[in-house]
Amino acid sequence: MLLVALEHDRGVLAEAAREALTFGRALAEKMDEDLEAALIGSDDEELVDEAGRYGAEVVHTCVHDVLSDYGPDAYGATLAQMVTELEPSAVLACGSDRGNEVMAQAAARLDAPFVANCIDVTPDSWTMTRVQWGGSLLEDSSLDADVALLTCGLHAVASEPGGSVDADVETFEADLDDSHRVTIVKDRTVQEAGVTLPTAPVVCGGGRGVGSEEGFAQLEELAELLGGRVGCSRAVTNLGWRPHSDQVGQTGTRIAPEIYIASGISGAIQHWVGAMASKHILAINTDREANMVVKADWAVIADLHEVIPAITAEVRRRRG
Amino acid sequence: MKILCCVKRVPAPGAKINVTADGSDVDAAHLGFTTSPHEECGVEGAVQLCEAHGGEVTVLTVGPPQAAEQLRYAASVGADHGVLVSTDEVGWDPQRTAAVIREAIEVLEEENGEPFDLILFGNESADSGGFQVGIRVAHGLGRPIVNGIKGIEVSGDGSGAGTVTARRAIDGGFEVYELPRPCALGVKEGLNLPRYPTMKGRLRSKKLEIRSLDLDTTPGGQRRIRLHRPAEQVSETVILGEGPEAAAAVVDVLEELGVL
Repeated sequence: MLLVALEHDRGVLAEAAREALTFGRALAEKMDEDLEAALIGSDDEELVDEAGRYGAEVVHTCVHDVLSDYGPDAYGATLAQMVTELEPSAVLACGSDRGNEVMAQAAARLDAPFVANCIDVTPDSWTMTRVQWGGSLLEDSSLDADVALLTCGLHAVASEPGGSVDADVETFEADLDDSHRVTIVKDRTVQEAGVTLPTAPVVCGGGRGVGSEEGFAQLEELAELLGGRVGCSRAVTNLGWRPHSDQVGQTGTRIAPEIYIASGISGAIQHWVGAMASKHILAINTDREANMVVKADWAVIADLHEVIPAITAEVRRRRG
Repeated sequence: MKILCCVKRVPAPGAKINVTADGSDVDAAHLGFTTSPHEECGVEGAVQLCEAHGGEVTVLTVGPPQAAEQLRYAASVGADHGVLVSTDEVGWDPQRTAAVIREAIEVLEEENGEPFDLILFGNESADSGGFQVGIRVAHGLGRPIVNGIKGIEVSGDGSGAGTVTARRAIDGGFEVYELPRPCALGVKEGLNLPRYPTMKGRLRSKKLEIRSLDLDTTPGGQRRIRLHRPAEQVSETVILGEGPEAAAAVVDVLEELGVL
């Protein structure tokens, strides 16, 4: 059996969970084994049904006072206990922040190897291709373990329902105590409601070519008009023009918008790996040879300070 | 307070990375090396905490002898001690790396007669990106750890019993965790903007006495077969124009994609 660990936040299923189920469904097929899912900290029927729509035959739910909010210790310990008791051949999560964290916590407890961010897995030999450098380099690895603990790279697959079944629910009793509360979320602050950088349908990115902190006002205006968000390159956060939370890249956010409008960004590899999951890319740059221009679907070869206001004006004009 | 920072020597991010002919490792011939970006912020964070509360920063690395450069760099921006566990082999798996770091920490803490109040790891290394070494080490030492940290505060002067409050960036905001000391954190770039070394710092780093530890353990269950570069994403870029008059064509694209 392949067990997929479902990521959710306070009962809201994460897109990462759907990606893990999609990746897991294909892997379970290759293994010729059943797909099951672990839902830790929730037994919400909607989430169970959703896992079923992605092909999970059984959803193991675990609800406990200690699991009322996310905590790496408690969630990792629960997953480790599930592995010991349910004896899956493999366990898969999505390589999001929480997915990798929970899997590493479980692996540490099981003293078992864990291979992070796989994009292809061959279960016959337990060999896999995984991403290094955030995706700019690939590593073929082999795994020698009683249970294969894996995460699939974030956005390695697009989520897609399939193999739909009415999932059975099995409740799991975890052995948890107050010591597992040690790393539970104590408080949370939501600074921005609505569209955020990882989920925005449009991202207006700016690089060094924007020229200054103030230069981003033009990008802000366009992003707001299109219901999107502003992103930036590492050069920009290092210069202090934008907060780090706006950084798109290996050490920042992985975006996956319908369109990424990259202005004044050369497209160094570490930025590219954060942007490559974008469905479409439009580059605005004065350098026709810039990496971002070469890799884009569309490009405008011009000064962004002239083009962006013109685009903003044109959008306003068409909307009347 | 006593803080330990674990850092890794990696090729400078941003460069195009090539692989050796046999795929066993990255081709280092034309690469500059640096400290993995998350960990560079870890060193800065540790130095800032000790500047505010008093204390000492120790930097530990597992790597080739040249990784001493990263320890000296840390000293040039304010770290006090450097410890190197040398390895000539490339591509240690995460379990092996974690076991050796844990052992090194146990050696250092026994000598110090007390645990480090706080151990900082990078959330993941920039190169191999295993996303687990810090968590394995912390678990082995019986200490709590939270990853993805972009803000750290300590209660009291940061020494002995007390708490560490850590902020973790999430989509559109942050989560707050409060950990009892001693504890560990996996930090991310964005924790701070690391300072540049001063002339005085550079001089100081030259005098840093690097402590060498000779430790090893058996490999874990993950083994590297080879490294290779992904197929280049080739795209026929359609040039929409060479000036502001391209705006109409751009908005046509937006309309077509349904994002207008």
